[in-house]
Amino acid sequence: MSITRDEVAHLAKLSRLALTEDELDHFAGQLDVIIGAVARVQEVAAAGIPPTTHAANLENVYRDDVIAPPLDADLVLSQAPAAQAARFRVPRILTEE
Amino acid sequence: MAAADELTTMTAAEMAAAVAAGEVSAVELTRAHLDRIELTDVKVRAFLHVGAEPALAAARSVDERRAAGRPLGPLAGVPLALKDVFTTTDMPTTCGSKILAGWQPPYDATLTRRLRDAGVVILGKTNMDEFAMGSSTENSAFGPSRNPWDLNLVPGGSSGGSAAAVAAYQAPLAIGTDTGGSIRQPGAVCGIVGVKPTYGGSSRFGLVAFASSLDTPGPLTRTVLDAALLHEAISGHDPNDSTSLDAPVPPVVAAARNPDVAGLRVGVVAELSGDGYAPGVLTRFNETVELLETLGAKVTEVSCPHFTYALPAYYLIAPSECSSNLARFDAMRYGLRIGDDGVASAEEVMSLTRATGFGAEVKRRIMLGTYALSSGYYDAYYGKAQQVRTLIIRDFEAAFEQVDVLVSPTTPTTAFPIGERADDPMAMYLADLCTIPSDLAGNAAISVPCGLAPENGLPVGFQVMAPVLADDRLYRVAGAVEAALDARRGASFLAQARGLAGLDETAEAGR
Amino acid sequence: MTVTVPYDLAVARYEPVIGLETHVELGTLTKMFCGSPVTFGAEPNSAVCPVCLGLPGSLPVINKTAIEYTIRIGLALNCSIATWCRFARKNYFYPDMPKNFQISQYDEPLCTDGFLNIEVDGQEFTIGIERVHLEEDTGKSQHVGTTGRIHGADYSLVDYNRAGIPLVEIVTRPVPGTGALAPAVAKAYVSELRDLLRSLAVSDVRMEQGSLRCDVNTSIAPAGSGEWGTRTETKNVNSLRSVERAVRSEIERQAGVLDEGGRVIQETRHFHEETGKTTSGRSKEEAQDYRYFPEPDLVPVAPSREWVQEIRAALPELPAARRVRLQAEWGLSDLDMTALRNVDALDLVAETVAAGAAPDQARNWWLTELSRHANDTGAELADLAITAEDVAAVIALVAAGQLNNKLARQVVDGVLAGEGSPAEVVAARGLAVVTDTSVLSAAVDDAIAANPDIAAKIADGKVAAAGALVGAVMKATKGQADAASVRQLILERCAANLAAAWSPAGGTSRPLTTLRRILSDLSAVCRRTYVFPQSKRDLPAVESAKVAQFFTERYPDFGVPRRCRSPTVVTSGCKTQRRGRSPLE
Ligand SMILES: [Zn+2]
Repeated sequence: MSITRDEVAHLAKLSRLALTEDELDHFAGQLDVIIGAVARVQEVAAAGIPPTTHAANLENVYRDDVIAPPLDADLVLSQAPAAQAARFRVPRILTEE
Repeated sequence: MAAADELTTMTAAEMAAAVAAGEVSAVELTRAHLDRIELTDVKVRAFLHVGAEPALAAARSVDERRAAGRPLGPLAGVPLALKDVFTTTDMPTTCGSKILAGWQPPYDATLTRRLRDAGVVILGKTNMDEFAMGSSTENSAFGPSRNPWDLNLVPGGSSGGSAAAVAAYQAPLAIGTDTGGSIRQPGAVCGIVGVKPTYGGSSRFGLVAFASSLDTPGPLTRTVLDAALLHEAISGHDPNDSTSLDAPVPPVVAAARNPDVAGLRVGVVAELSGDGYAPGVLTRFNETVELLETLGAKVTEVSCPHFTYALPAYYLIAPSECSSNLARFDAMRYGLRIGDDGVASAEEVMSLTRATGFGAEVKRRIMLGTYALSSGYYDAYYGKAQQVRTLIIRDFEAAFEQVDVLVSPTTPTTAFPIGERADDPMAMYLADLCTIPSDLAGNAAISVPCGLAPENGLPVGFQVMAPVLADDRLYRVAGAVEAALDARRGASFLAQARGLAGLDETAEAGR
Repeated sequence: MTVTVPYDLAVARYEPVIGLETHVELGTLTKMFCGSPVTFGAEPNSAVCPVCLGLPGSLPVINKTAIEYTIRIGLALNCSIATWCRFARKNYFYPDMPKNFQISQYDEPLCTDGFLNIEVDGQEFTIGIERVHLEEDTGKSQHVGTTGRIHGADYSLVDYNRAGIPLVEIVTRPVPGTGALAPAVAKAYVSELRDLLRSLAVSDVRMEQGSLRCDVNTSIAPAGSGEWGTRTETKNVNSLRSVERAVRSEIERQAGVLDEGGRVIQETRHFHEETGKTTSGRSKEEAQDYRYFPEPDLVPVAPSREWVQEIRAALPELPAARRVRLQAEWGLSDLDMTALRNVDALDLVAETVAAGAAPDQARNWWLTELSRHANDTGAELADLAITAEDVAAVIALVAAGQLNNKLARQVVDGVLAGEGSPAEVVAARGLAVVTDTSVLSAAVDDAIAANPDIAAKIADGKVAAAGALVGAVMKATKGQADAASVRQLILERCAANLAAAWSPAGGTSRPLTTLRRILSDLSAVCRRTYVFPQSKRDLPAVESAKVAQFFTERYPDFGVPRRCRSPTVVTSGCKTQRRGRSPLE
């Protein structure tokens, strides 16, 4: 067993996925198999091997501090599920960040 | 005006030449393809959205340009099917997901813009596995596409809609994206050419991210030359993509026009064959290696010992990045919103929307990635996978000291039936076994058809891998294979596709 | 509910350790990762693009100027500048964060290991700087509902104009050993940091606009134990005064917890301006796992040493050095300098002086009249509706004799009330000093005629009695005369009257003595030298005609003598006088 159902429930919460009990059962089994399989990377002797995060070997890619025209506010809000007073309207926020 | 069939079966290079010569108008060409889509797509289901109006408008502007005597690009007037993962201001972009159903982006992807600037006519947006996660298009929220060779089979994925459209003559050109093999694998199982350019060679700006460090846009076409023409049209530095390479585009078109493998050192990857590979796949692969030898290539076997760890490393890196990339789909600014009843909190609405809007594979990968990045697991999973990535790059570097290109089958098997692996993620993941190493290393790779598997008569793909920014070598080898096989067959490869006959019946019925 | 311990008792028994995390919005033209303009107070969602809105498909590209500004800050804080570092994604869901991750820096900050020296009550403290890193700001939520606060809101409205603005985070090392001064040290650090950032021209550093925001870490441990306690992180501390109050209130609260044998919980707390208290925020149970990983859409930042050297060479004069220089240039006392810093008026005075005002005048205006006004309205000096140029203009008008102090205050009031520039206020309110000499002379004559007894006193040598006549003239001119000038006129007139009536043959030296006294008084009041024979030896040589001539030539019509704009130091006596020669010499 590489991952428990409770852990999967926690992952779902962290990932903002309101999974049903059935889904949790289903995913717990599958993720257990998958994690077991991907854990094979741990077999590799990789001591002292630097990680690769970028396929492209680039550094210092910048842009100049020059203003580009922003989007039209109406266009921006036209795709919003809800908007009000030129702002995105979102459901009440429970936690402060 | 040429017959509609003639118009849709030409190569892209031929179409562009015909438009440039005034033998056919871009509008006629576009209409022929729109008709073909209308008649065949009820079965193939390659498209999620067909933009007849914008396509005809684009075609008209090419015709006007020609009429005005202004120069036309090498692909001007040629229709193209665009994977629905690129933003377009005149068509919706859904990424095959319910969560984005109906989203109309306010901006064009760099690639979209380049296609438009080249006079390429975008016919519509093609089906895909949701957010490019999958190898069959079965993960599309809008239903799977079909393989034109046999409509009961998957067209591969995630760029399955693009591959199917090209194989079904709905478009001579298509754009896909390759993260773990999502261009080459559908290309292989649909019997067409699919190219993953060097990472950074084609811009990701406006490509809805699955795994940022891997995603690479590239062409799907029926011929190697068409692929090269499209490759060139979409490539080059983009200041809006920090990972875009500021380097000259490799001379891919020249290489495709003059394929020559004499003296080329070809390495067969020892680790990418054997158990788990369909016999017909290995048969055709080995024949093609021999063919290259007869064409003057020097073939050796090369070992890349860490390639066997590519699949597990990939299934840590890609989900990790995706778990973060897909966090933005939260029902706040665009797309689907579920459960906003005035009582539910933002957090609840986010969770409900994401649970409803994402399909099973996306949820699996988001949770897998969240797991791999969690404190306490990071080093053992994500960190380790990144080290394996380094080792795979080193394997490639060592191999490319001995040989100019590496070759392998593109996929372990030919196309599989729809439904066969749908709820067996591990079996599905195996489809990308041979293609993943090049994604992890960021180098260039192509899949070119190399015949039909004797046991089932389905296409087999031959993969060629080349070092970073040596994309032209792909075209030398693939062009040589294509030319030799076409000469031997006396016909183009796709002419053998039996499913196409069924499509044509539909087409006849439609008339 | 734990009882708080009075501050003095708390710091007598416990030793505080503080730490500060400061967020500064950089004053670049564009955002951190896109070309959208950095704005404040623009129409909602009018300064956004696909990148800062986090639209699908968008990609970030680093603003080079933001990197340069951050290196500038790092160098000014004596930090090492990384030779290679990366951005990382900090993953958490929040509606005002468009991508639901923040591009930040995790274990590879751009600048590390620096320090900043500060001074509190003449005692110097070195505040260690652990790191300076770069990240992006979030959007702004407005909570709509009955209370207007996050709790109890029905829904929220989000504006993403702020999302993506470059944000520098400056993190101190823990600061022990400040004892009872901990709150003052915290405040002095933020104040010094703010001055530093301002001098570097990397941010407008307006705390009230949120371009500088502080999180304050506080812990206490029993005095002499040599241990450090569990720290709390107080957020939402957005003014200098609040920084001080937040530390103080946390020390008092934590002392209460420990006194009762309790345990301080490591948590986030929120500071409330109204009460000056902190309340518990997110509990530990909800602690976030941010799942940091290197941002794959960006490539590493590896500032060349040449570039860093260039930036270092171009660093401006830093505040500490500048203060030393200004104090010398202005001739102000340590006390004055401290007072100016306390009300954040150093730059204002410098600007006022740069606009032509005398340093002591500039200091006076900002420290007294304008500070009082700021206090009354609860505003910062810099936010008053008067510019340094305005103040300099008022000072110039006074110096030119066109305003007296009383009128000048009215002009300043007018400027503050938004009535326009000082010149406009003077014109609109009709505040100019009465400078028409014929009007003034007439008023002086009237006053002398109406008060013969006072005139007699003056003639008798009681020069101080002139004050009553000044009052009469001021009243007659409705206060719009310059009192000093009036006094001068009166004395001159009295002197002239005396001179005219004087005769050496009269045998008495009394008028002469009076004259001398009057003139010496005039010299003192008017900062100029009225020359008159000083020694008895000269007396026989003085003739009445010459005395009269002296006045008529020098002060025709007994007009207001022209006053010098810059102060002329007059010691005493005729030998040091600087203007023209006296007819008596
Ligand atoms: Zn922007």
